[in-house]
Amino acid sequence: MSWTWFHRLGSPPYIYRLAQRLTPWFAWPAGALIIAALYGGLVLAPPDYLQGDGFRIIYMHAPSAWMSLMVYTTMAVAAAVGLIWRIKVAHAVAASCAPVGASFTLAALVTGSLWGEPMWGTWWEWDPRLTSELILFFLYLGYMGLRGAIEDTQRADRTSAVLAVVGVVNVPIIHYSVSWWNSLHQAPSVMRLGKPALSTTMLAPLLMMLLGFTLFFVAVLLVRLRGEILNRERSASWIREALGT
Amino acid sequence: MPELPNPELAAAPTAGMNGARAAGEGATVLEAARLVLQRDLTLAFRRRGQLVQPLAFFAIVTTLFPLAISPELARLREVAAGVLWVAALLASLLALEFLFRDDAHDGTLEQYALSGQPLTGLMFAKTAAHWLLTGLPLALMAPLAALSLGAPSASIPGIVASVAIGTIALSLIGSIGAALTLGIRRSGVLLALLTLPLSLPVLIFGARASELAIHGAPYVAPLELLAALAVLGVTLAPLAAAAAVRVSLE
Repeated sequence: MSWTWFHRLGSPPYIYRLAQRLTPWFAWPAGALIIAALYGGLVLAPPDYLQGDGFRIIYMHAPSAWMSLMVYTTMAVAAAVGLIWRIKVAHAVAASCAPVGASFTLAALVTGSLWGEPMWGTWWEWDPRLTSELILFFLYLGYMGLRGAIEDTQRADRTSAVLAVVGVVNVPIIHYSVSWWNSLHQAPSVMRLGKPALSTTMLAPLLMMLLGFTLFFVAVLLVRLRGEILNRERSASWIREALGT
Repeated sequence: MPELPNPELAAAPTAGMNGARAAGEGATVLEAARLVLQRDLTLAFRRRGQLVQPLAFFAIVTTLFPLAISPELARLREVAAGVLWVAALLASLLALEFLFRDDAHDGTLEQYALSGQPLTGLMFAKTAAHWLLTGLPLALMAPLAALSLGAPSASIPGIVASVAIGTIALSLIGSIGAALTLGIRRSGVLLALLTLPLSLPVLIFGARASELAIHGAPYVAPLELLAALAVLGVTLAPLAAAAAVRVSLE
């Protein structure tokens, strides 16, 4: 079996051009899907019989929460690949993931809190899922803080990669211990989304939004990756060619 | 191998020689690990002031809560487990700074990495020494703090056990954070930001075990979960710490 395709993935110029070519293929479908899902979710879907129109924030909240975990996993896998095979591009992918993931996490926290105010009567509830989302946010902050504290790019790459891998081992442990802690300290007094089966008119926009967010993440990742590669390879000669100067 | 130019090592000839011998060839991992452990303990006992600092910090933090909340023992008893554990967590975080700093400074870590011994084993020995010097004293001091916060004396075995086992996990998690922040100037806040989120499961189960002990309920279940975390830490944390130390030496 030929491994040339794999080795080409380690080459910054190749990845730079690939990212450039692929970006519109993700960005346009992402935009179309998100707009369609917004229309479906905000207009077509009927109001919930219990929560009224308030439930509609789920169309932002659930995809953001889902993405916050997916981006972390992507980051950790990229970091592990970079650590094991010493592929610089993989480290660049991990570095590009972190701010995007932190933004999704923040979005999930803010929308969750906005939803909690009318539904639970409080902006913040020590609900296990909100709490583990908050901890995930701290993990992102730690990762970015560590990366920012080390000036040498290669050392920053490898050090933060160790942290990302350690973090991904810990995320499930943190999640389960938090829900265990919560179930002991307070009775589950809150109503939960997702328990009653969602009707198709409510579910379809949610799934579309999920796919739209995923494609959006890939598009943003590709753009950020190009910036990251440009910054890392700023003294390389192929940059002039790629930029056409 | 060049002489280590550290005056503290020169002042501790046997400790220094043991360290150098651990780095030599022909020793088994266990022997090397034992020598590292012995060296760290010897050096620590020649600077007793540093040993006492985390304990004094622990005592001060537990003193803050009665002043901030209320001097009534009944109210303090409600929060005693939480206060005890937050104070222990912060004290062990404070002590982490000493774990690798001096050894990174004088090149000892570099010698360990070059010694041909698996760095994972040596990291484990260093972490074990760190626990013996900070975690164990904290566990022995915990009853004092607990009693002053109104915990009944029957709860002492549970509290000591939970702090002793929990600090094993904390030392191991902390060793990763300390290794990652090696070579970063003013790394204190960053170390906290990296270590505290990873320590939360330990805090949850540790505080739970102490709370159950204070209420006279069976506390074995959270204690077992704490032990599970400690075992997981023993198997994985030295690997990650060794990887982080290697990166910092590159």
